[in-house]
Amino acid sequence: MMFLMALRLALRSLLRNRMRSALTALGVIIGVAALLVTVVLGEGTRKMVAAQIATMGSAIIMIVPGASAQGGFMGGTGSGRPLQRDDVEAILQARAVRYVVPVDRTVAQVVSSNLNWQTPVLGTTTDYAALRDWPVARGRFFTAAENESAAKVCVLGHTVTQNLFGDSDPVGQQVRVKQMPCEIIGVLAPKGQSAMGSDQDDILILPSVTLRTRVLNQNRQYVSTIMVAATSEDDLAQAESEVVSILRQRHKLTDDQENDFTVRNLAELVQTQQKIVETQTGMLRNVAAVSLLVGGIGIMNIMLVSVTERTREIGIRLAIGARERDILLQFLVEAVVLSVLGGLLGTGLGALAATLFSKLGGGMPVDFSPFWMVLGFGVSVAIGVLFGFYPARKAARLDPIDALRYE
Amino acid sequence: MGDAVPSSEPLLRLSKITKVYTRGDLAVPALRGLDLQIDSGEFVAVMGPSGSGKSTLMNLIGCLDRPTSGSYFLQGRDVAQLDRDALAQVRLRTLGFVFQGFNLLSRTTALENVELPLLYAGMRSMERAERARESLARVGLAERAGHTPNQLSGGQQQRVAIARALVTKPMMLLADEPTGNLDSRTSLEVMALLQELNAEGLTVLLVTHEPDIAAFAGRLLLVKDGRLRADERRPPHSAKQALAEWRDTEEEDR
Ligand SMILES: Nc1ncnc2c1ncn2[C@@H]1O[C@H](COP(=O)(O)OP(=O)(O)OP(=O)(O)O)[C@@H](O)[C@H]1O
Ligand SMILES: [Mg+2]
Repeated sequence: MMFLMALRLALRSLLRNRMRSALTALGVIIGVAALLVTVVLGEGTRKMVAAQIATMGSAIIMIVPGASAQGGFMGGTGSGRPLQRDDVEAILQARAVRYVVPVDRTVAQVVSSNLNWQTPVLGTTTDYAALRDWPVARGRFFTAAENESAAKVCVLGHTVTQNLFGDSDPVGQQVRVKQMPCEIIGVLAPKGQSAMGSDQDDILILPSVTLRTRVLNQNRQYVSTIMVAATSEDDLAQAESEVVSILRQRHKLTDDQENDFTVRNLAELVQTQQKIVETQTGMLRNVAAVSLLVGGIGIMNIMLVSVTERTREIGIRLAIGARERDILLQFLVEAVVLSVLGGLLGTGLGALAATLFSKLGGGMPVDFSPFWMVLGFGVSVAIGVLFGFYPARKAARLDPIDALRYE
Repeated sequence: MGDAVPSSEPLLRLSKITKVYTRGDLAVPALRGLDLQIDSGEFVAVMGPSGSGKSTLMNLIGCLDRPTSGSYFLQGRDVAQLDRDALAQVRLRTLGFVFQGFNLLSRTTALENVELPLLYAGMRSMERAERARESLARVGLAERAGHTPNQLSGGQQQRVAIARALVTKPMMLLADEPTGNLDSRTSLEVMALLQELNAEGLTVLLVTHEPDIAAFAGRLLLVKDGRLRADERRPPHSAKQALAEWRDTEEEDR
C-alpha cells in the first residue's frame, strides 16, 4: 500500500515537471532502444546463420591449394603443389570421412531451345548431392560411370530451371553449355541463399570429367577445391586432422614445412560472417551502454535537484512521523518510474528501429518475444534503482529540523 | 484525547537537559540544564527573548532532536536517546506539531495534507479519508477539504495544520509561534480553537512572543539564556470571550 502511494506521488511529481522529466528520460529512452535493436538483430542474425548452417551441412570441410594467407601475403592461392585428382581418392580412406568430391567451377552461358541464361557451372562427382544433403526433385543425379565416361549430362538448380523452362518439366530436354550440348537428367530441390547471401539454386552441375574435358578443354589432373563431409558433426575435428596428415604425407612435407593447402570448415566460415555482424551490432551495444550510463547519471542529477527543491517538504514529512524508509521509498520509486517510463518508450522505439533495420538490411528475421520487452523493463528498473538510490538516501537522511528551516 | 497517564507520573519530565550546537570549532550552548514537568491536560505557554532557546526546547520535547545531556521521559518512557526511526514513531503516535509558517504541502489538498500522518501510520485509504474529514470538521473546515493551501487564508491554513496535528489523536500538541504569521483577529480564532481542544483533554505547549497570546495559557514558562527563569500558574483568559468582545467593537465601528 505504501508502494502504491509512493507510485501516485511519483507520477504526480513527474507530471508537475513534464519537460524536465521527458528530457531526463531521454538517455534511458535511447539506451534501451539501442540495446533492444542490438539484442533483436543479434538474435536474428544468429538464427539466420543457424538456418544457413543447416542448409549447407555443418560437417563439411573445404580444401583449397596454397598456404593460408593469414598475416600477410605469404603463399597465396595457387602457389605450391596443386590439389590432385588422386588426393580425392586418398582422403576417402580417412576413417572420419564419409564423402569426398572434387569441385571445379566456371561460369557459362546456358542455352535452351529459345532462352539463355548466364549461370555458375560446377563440375563434381556422384556423391556431391549426398555430401550437400541436397535432394533431387525430379529425375536423378549422374552416376560414377557417367562421370568416368565424360557423359554429356547435367543437373539443374531450381533457379536455372525456372529461368529456362518456367514450370514445365526439363528432364530429358537438351541445353547447350558453352558449345557442348547435354541432356538434362535431373533437377535439384530449392535450397535458398548461402551464408554469403548468394542464390545456391542458380547453378548447373556437370560430371567433373565432362566439365574438364568438354567445357574447359583441359586435360590436367588438378582440382580447384575438394569438399569433404565428415561422418558426423562431432567427427569434424577428427576428419580435419586426418585430411591434413594425409595431404601432408602425399605432398611430402617435412615437419618444419607449412601446409601447402588450406583447410576450412564451413561452420567456421559462417561464424566469421556472424562475427562481422556482431562487430556491427557491438558498436550499437556500446552506444546502448553509454546512453544508459548517461541516462542514469541524468536521473541521479535531476533527483538530487528534486531532493534539494523539496527539502522543506521532506522536513514536513519527517516532522509528522515519516521514517527514513518512507522517504527513501518515495524518492526511489520516483527515480524508477522516471526510468521505466523512459524504458517503455525506448522499447517501443527499439522495436520500431529493429523492424526498419531488418527491412533495409536484407530481411534478417526479427521476432519480438516478450522476453525483449521484459529485458527493456528490467534494465530500466535497474537503472532507476542504481542511480536513484543515492539521492533517495540523501533525502531520507536529512535532519528534520534543518530540512524544516530550509528556504 | 488519547489515554490518560497515571496521576503519579507527569506526561513529560525533563531533567538537567542541555543542548550544545557545534558550528565548526564553536560550541553554542542553547540549553544549559533545564528541569521541567508538564502534566496531562495542561495548557503551557513559553516566552523569552529571541535566541533564549525556546525553539530548541520545543524541538527536544517534540522528539525532532536529541539533547546533548540530561533525561527526557515521555509518558514514563525514556526517549532522550532513541534512534531516528523510533523518534519518528513517537512523533507519529504521541505528538502533533503546528508551525509558525503552517508547513502544509503546497499543491496538495487540505484533505490530503490532513491524511498524511495516517498514511505513515499505515492506515487504509477509506478509513484515512474518513478520519481526515472528521478532523477537518473539528477545526471548522469541512467544506474546504478539496482546497489547496494557496486557495486558503492564513488562518484557514493554520487550522488545516491543526487538523493534521490532531488526526492521529496525539497526547500533546506542540506549537512554535502558531500565531506569528496571523493578524490579531485570526490569532484569537486559533487560540479559541486550541483552548477548546485543551478543554477536551489535549495537552498544549506553545511558544509565543506576545503576552496577549500567552495569557490564554494556564501556565507560563519564561526561558532566558537556556534556563528556566520563571514558571507560574494563573487563571487563563478566555479566547472565546476575547473574540466576542472583538466582534462587539467591530460592530460599534460600523
Ligand atoms: N542548528 C543550530 N546550529 C547552531 N546554533 C543554533 C542552531 N539552532 C539554534 N542555535 C542557537 O541556539 C540558540 C537558541 O536558539 P533558538 O532557536 O532555540 O532560540 P529561540 O528562543 O527560539 O529564538 P526566537 O525567539 O528568535 O525564535 C541561539 O543562540 C541560536 O543561535
Ligand atoms: Mg524560535
